[in-house]
Amino acid sequence: MLGFAARRLAFAVASVAAVVVITFLLVHAAPGEPMLGTADRTFASPDVIARQRALFGLDRPLPVQFIRYAGNLVRGELGTSFVLHRPVSSILAEALPHTLLLGGTALVASLLLGLAVGALQAARHRSRTDTLLGAATLVFYSVPVFWLGLMLLLVFGEQLHWLPVSGMRSAALEDGSALARALDVARHLVLPAASLALVQAAAFARFQRSALVESLAGEHIRAARAKGLPERTVLLKHALRGALAPTITLAGLSVPYFLAGSVLVESIFGWPGLGRVAYDAIFARDYNVITAVALVSGVLVAAGNLLADVAVALADPRVRLER
Amino acid sequence: MSPWRAAARRFGRNRAAVVGAALVGALVLASLLGPLVTPDPLAQPDPVRLQDRPPSAAHLFGTDPYSRDVLSRTLSGARVSLVVGVGAALLAVTLGAGVGLVAGLAGRRTDQLLMRGVDVALALPRIILLLAVFAVWERVPPVAVLCVIAATGWFQTSRIVRAAVLSLREADFVVAARALGAGGAGLVRRHLLPHVAAPVIVSASLDVGNIILLEAGLSYLGLGVRPPTPTWGNMIMDGKDVLFSAPWVALAPGCALVLTVVAFNLAGDGLRDAFDPKVA
Repeated sequence: MLGFAARRLAFAVASVAAVVVITFLLVHAAPGEPMLGTADRTFASPDVIARQRALFGLDRPLPVQFIRYAGNLVRGELGTSFVLHRPVSSILAEALPHTLLLGGTALVASLLLGLAVGALQAARHRSRTDTLLGAATLVFYSVPVFWLGLMLLLVFGEQLHWLPVSGMRSAALEDGSALARALDVARHLVLPAASLALVQAAAFARFQRSALVESLAGEHIRAARAKGLPERTVLLKHALRGALAPTITLAGLSVPYFLAGSVLVESIFGWPGLGRVAYDAIFARDYNVITAVALVSGVLVAAGNLLADVAVALADPRVRLER
Repeated sequence: MSPWRAAARRFGRNRAAVVGAALVGALVLASLLGPLVTPDPLAQPDPVRLQDRPPSAAHLFGTDPYSRDVLSRTLSGARVSLVVGVGAALLAVTLGAGVGLVAGLAGRRTDQLLMRGVDVALALPRIILLLAVFAVWERVPPVAVLCVIAATGWFQTSRIVRAAVLSLREADFVVAARALGAGGAGLVRRHLLPHVAAPVIVSASLDVGNIILLEAGLSYLGLGVRPPTPTWGNMIMDGKDVLFSAPWVALAPGCALVLTVVAFNLAGDGLRDAFDPKVA
């Protein structure tokens, strides 16, 4: 088990390193001038631009820049934002927890909902319930997450006034009690998290249904039924176990979806997270911020894969013995 | 009956799949014929009076903030989605099948090198790379969007094809063909490709919907194909700013997106069940 984990960890580190190298090259080799990113800089004199470039070391050859960046990275320094003139690490430290809250909530909610719907469909395979839920999951699986966000915003925010439409906190509650503030954040969280979760829950449900249907056709299920076990036990204890491993893997692989979704959904709901930072940085050509966001995304994706692999290996001894 | 005929028959008996395929056909027709019967998607007939008017007899889906007809823009936007979705899926599958074949047939070292590379590529945050690439380009033709999406989307297919090739390589009929002197391109074309084709077609057809959603997301962010060329994504972006006062602007392209992706997913599910009929 330890050898397995160590191999997977080494691969995770290598893939994060690859993400950083590729993003660095992609961003720095792109045509265009980062110091001309925003409107006020369009009128800067060449002199000022040259000084700015020298300040950030952009006048050096690319390999030199990369070695400097890598050296700083090893020491844990992510550089300074060209635009905000703040350390990148403090920008990320502010945004990352918000995205983890949003993405984590959405992941848990979508897993619970998806597994429940998929299990119900498999238990009532080819019934009317199965067909109706199948149609619903197909539609949610096919909805663009940003459009779903806009529609939820329109209905529950604007028409019904049930939930706040933007941001993460209400200004009026700045001095409220800790509980009141937590509830306020939770209320702001509902719509963006629901947008992300509904789409991914449909993906989980579709997957869980077919995995369970396949598992229910197995010999071990026939044996369990022949023993006279109640159908409920057969489904929840015997069939679900066999179908769980692929779903855990899928949950681990869903991290990129939540990252992509956060770029789209955070901008709709004004959620101050990593997706917003990435979006702003890309349009402003804020190299250090873009590379750092890619680094953090790479770490999250690798961590998701790693955790899923370890969880599957814990659940299924055959996986550990492979290779 | 050949396995292809059997699959076609199973597809034909699957009502949902046939509906999906018919919808795809209708969408292609609508995107081709639509511009003949609707007003110019770029025309602004009366910039003041027609500014985001609700649906009426003259403008069935209403007009957008720039007084343009939402129906004709929706029909016109179908082209970008369909071309990019289908084109990128086909290109990605071709790339993936090529790499998978090479990895499966070449020696152990090439195989290891290619598959480690694919593992790393699968760990890349695709959206960040796509954003970074498209943000630096000023004008982006649909073909470029298609190519970049395909170039970042073939990794999973190469794994599927490699796995299929590895198991086929040991199959009796391949060993027999080799013993009879077959090799190289002939072996690949006559003996391997027909068996690899089914999983590849299924994975491509299930990918079309996801690519359409990805392209829409990029257009929505203002990247990808740029305005004034209508895409469903940039139409929703236009509708976002007037969401509360003129919801129809975002409603039409959004519904078109859902309908299109549902159609492709129905057809894709049908193809999967037709080629692999163990459970459904």
